[in-house]
Amino acid sequence: MGETVSADHILQTRGTQSQFDAFVVSACFDREGGQAAFGLGDGTVRLVSRLNPNTWLTAEAHDGALLALAPNTAQTGFVSGGDDGALMRIAADGTASRIAKFGSKWVEKVESFADGKSRLIAASVGKHLHLLDGAGQTLKVLEHPSSVTGIAFDAKGKRVAASHYNGASLWFVASKTDNPRRLEWKGSHLGVVFSPDGENVVTSMQENSLHGWRLADGQHMRMSGYPTKTTSLSFTKNSKWLASSGAESIVLWPFHGGGPMGKAPTELAGGDNVICTALACHPQHDAVAAGFSDGLVVMADINQARILPVAGTGRGPVSAIAWSADGTHLAFGTETGFAAVVDFTKR
Amino acid sequence: MSETLAAAATDLVPVTVLTGYLGAGKTTLLNRILSEQHGRKYAVVINEFGELGVDNDLVVDTDEEVFEMNNGCICCTVRGDLIRIVTALMKRKGRFDGIIIETTGLANPAPVAQTFFVDEGVKARTRLDAIVTVVDAKHLPERLLDSEEAAEQIAFADVIVLNKMDLVTPAEADAVEAQIRAINRSARIIRAEKSKVDIAELLDQGAFDLARVLDHMPDFLETDEHTHNDEIASMSFEAKRPIDPEKFNAWIGDLLAQKGQDLLRTKGILSYVGDDRRFAFQAVHMIADGDFIGPWKNAEGKGEERISRIVFIGRNLNRPQLRRGFESCQIPETTVD
Ligand SMILES: [Zn+2]
Repeated sequence: MGETVSADHILQTRGTQSQFDAFVVSACFDREGGQAAFGLGDGTVRLVSRLNPNTWLTAEAHDGALLALAPNTAQTGFVSGGDDGALMRIAADGTASRIAKFGSKWVEKVESFADGKSRLIAASVGKHLHLLDGAGQTLKVLEHPSSVTGIAFDAKGKRVAASHYNGASLWFVASKTDNPRRLEWKGSHLGVVFSPDGENVVTSMQENSLHGWRLADGQHMRMSGYPTKTTSLSFTKNSKWLASSGAESIVLWPFHGGGPMGKAPTELAGGDNVICTALACHPQHDAVAAGFSDGLVVMADINQARILPVAGTGRGPVSAIAWSADGTHLAFGTETGFAAVVDFTKR
Repeated sequence: MSETLAAAATDLVPVTVLTGYLGAGKTTLLNRILSEQHGRKYAVVINEFGELGVDNDLVVDTDEEVFEMNNGCICCTVRGDLIRIVTALMKRKGRFDGIIIETTGLANPAPVAQTFFVDEGVKARTRLDAIVTVVDAKHLPERLLDSEEAAEQIAFADVIVLNKMDLVTPAEADAVEAQIRAINRSARIIRAEKSKVDIAELLDQGAFDLARVLDHMPDFLETDEHTHNDEIASMSFEAKRPIDPEKFNAWIGDLLAQKGQDLLRTKGILSYVGDDRRFAFQAVHMIADGDFIGPWKNAEGKGEERISRIVFIGRNLNRPQLRRGFESCQIPETTVD
């Protein structure tokens, strides 16, 4: 037993960590990748930088709970939504400023997009998806048949998908006529992702399953068999695999070779009665970082089916996980307020 | 084992659902609860058509969004907005003493109740404590004639606040109470003026976990009041011999699958053969749940008789069929020692 390397080895040797006293709702890195942010159930955003890993900053973002967090459209900073009805911008130094306020309604989901040409923030408030430019000016307000439960931009920022009851709506961001393409499937859809190649949209559903649409021909894709709801969905960079939480392993659906229809998913890092609760695919390689309900965090190489432990059990169910854009740093947080950033840079 | 279950149950945040027709005094009652429960923290979920302002630190304004589950059945409906709200509230820092959900005047309570049975995340963190229905003693008879929802709100209630008693004569009050009883025999009725109620009688009732719900049953005598088939009525049955769980599961499963749309609520306290604990069973339409609750009051055999009881609230109830069905779940007479 003395021979085995502790499951905490990577966290202890390559990580910075902090223990807060609120649920980690969301985690992400800024666009530059230099700073990680953790959005908490106490309304704060906690920040830690690559250059200064022992100094954690606190931004007082929301008077209530934070519900959503995304990178800012600029190179640094973040945007967040809360149950106080506010959409906030968080600067790298922890300064919080209000972008918009939506009365008593919750700002439930926030996503952002930025490239050389466009900068976009999408925030959901009830049935409305507010699309703003990088400066926080409203570009358009898109209405849906029921509350928006998930938002996803495509890889080019040309389209934005919103999930809701009975499917998802697909909008062209620059379109003058605001008629979405409706992707229909009966039931309550809870979250949405775009494949990076822009060819597929997949939602997670109330009934412990996923539903996908191949956009070229509208082909439906049903993926089921989960013991619990999928709360985390992530495509690999090459769009070949869709990783999903909600089972007692990392469930990977093959989006190649005719799949996922009629194909069994690949399952990695399976355990007994321990549910995968959050995951994020590596931004370049066929690898996925995943957290479990017992606190375990692993990195899985999809093609080699190799598992590398990142953090051991006992710090609460993993509730948020994210990669920096360059794939060198991993941030994760738990329901019981543990937050950490691990550095995978070659040494 | 039962101790850990009990400990877990107390960690669950109690949820009170407040229903009632427009003008019955629901929001007044809500504000009274909030102002009189000093030092206790409630999250209040209100609908966009609320009658009055609600004075509380944490008020969530929502659209009631009902969706049908994917089993193709029209009665299997859930409030998706509540799933999202409750899930998010549980991530907030600091605990609540409870969540109070106010529904619109015209709401059918089934989707709200079913939400707390269906969603695993919600079930893991909250427990439906009671459905409280506020009715206007003066206008209820008219409401029952002109709307289905008025009867449904009474049918689903664990507690009924018979409000505006100052506006009716004693005879009218008795008549309206009899009307309520015809629909729902098992709810507790609290008479009130201007929504003045002892709040302790509304919150933390544990009504839905059934530990005490059947204590409020006035009697189990069969009455032969005449009811039309399409009217909501309630019927209750007793069984003196222990229940065979397998037989009961087969019978109730089949019954709910066949008649679940007509059965609004089913509640039972059962004495399973060979078990000293009471088994509590309940269903909203076809969505059922059951668990062992504490032991019978006198497990040694003296005192409380272990009589299994079940009550059905719904439409088109066939009394002889239900009675025969329930009685056939008992163990055979010869095996009683
Ligand atoms: Zn049904």
